[in-house]
Amino acid sequence: MTIVVLSRRNLLLAGGAILAAGASSRLLPARADGLAPTETMSGGANNYRKGAPIVERIGKGGFWMSGTVRRAGDGAPLAGQRIQIWAHTVEGQEHEPQSHGATLTDKDGKFRLEMPQIIPIFGQPHGHLAYDSGEFKTVFLRPIMRSPKETSLEAHFVLQPA
Amino acid sequence: MILIWVALASAIGVPIALAAGSEQLAWRGPVYILAGFAGIIALGLVLVQPLLAGLYLPGLSAYRSRRVHFWIGIALALTIVIHVAGLWITSPPDMIDALTYTSPTPFSPFGVTAMWAIFAVALLALFRRRWGLRLRTWRMIHIPLAIVIVAGTVAHCLLIEGTMETVSKAVLCALVLAATIKVMVDLWRKRTLRGESP
Repeated sequence: MTIVVLSRRNLLLAGGAILAAGASSRLLPARADGLAPTETMSGGANNYRKGAPIVERIGKGGFWMSGTVRRAGDGAPLAGQRIQIWAHTVEGQEHEPQSHGATLTDKDGKFRLEMPQIIPIFGQPHGHLAYDSGEFKTVFLRPIMRSPKETSLEAHFVLQPA
Repeated sequence: MILIWVALASAIGVPIALAAGSEQLAWRGPVYILAGFAGIIALGLVLVQPLLAGLYLPGLSAYRSRRVHFWIGIALALTIVIHVAGLWITSPPDMIDALTYTSPTPFSPFGVTAMWAIFAVALLALFRRRWGLRLRTWRMIHIPLAIVIVAGTVAHCLLIEGTMETVSKAVLCALVLAATIKVMVDLWRKRTLRGESP
């Protein structure tokens, strides 16, 4: 199991993020309200099944969904937060129970769950994630893969108190 | 003469055959597969329509071309009904998002707009005599809607990542655009030749 994936794409992304961060800090004065909360994406809640169980991995695995959960404002990592994940995969359609699972964030606010390979549904290869545990405001995400051949996908949550 | 028919058959047949060999099909249910192929066939029918309207298909008289154009238009509306109904059954919330123009997928509004244009044209074509629509009025409605249908359909199809193989899909879409532009240019020329004001 590899934790750090040092690919050309990740390096480019990291470089791009640093450039973007540099550019935006120059363009915008530091915002007093800090890190803005993540908005629910349109279509994010489609085929959601409340209360997906926390699992070691969804189905037979082979694909990695990962991301971070932070607090709005100060950006502090949130540990022990339950993130629900579902998608249309090689093992089932989006609405089917076996396509759903949940995982908890670690002490750094990171989560990572192995699941079956996501395949395009409704014209886009995408996954669904939900934070819906009550302590913070519910957020549904719907990240898109750049290519159906990719074997991982990331999504990041910035949560605000409910 | 036969060459044009062979070219037309392969322009539509090759993308369908390649889609039928797509590995994506293994992960889809029968209703979703049916919905997808209804969409691909609809794209093929959209290519036939301007060819019939411009009387470019050899061996068909002007009268026959118009009749076939009418019936293919009705068939196109029916394939769209199958396409939308099948996708609705596959994933109701995604289809509702598309129909209400709130979908996150960029291709959906193009497809839904083309759908309404197809339904409008089919309805008018069915009832235009009963409603006493003059030919001139009918054309003034049909031609802009035909442009909406073609542009919407091509944008919709090109933006989708699905079972269609990308090159054959792009070629089919390019042919649809080319045929439509040709028929529009020819219509314009005929009008100016007859000395009508544009």
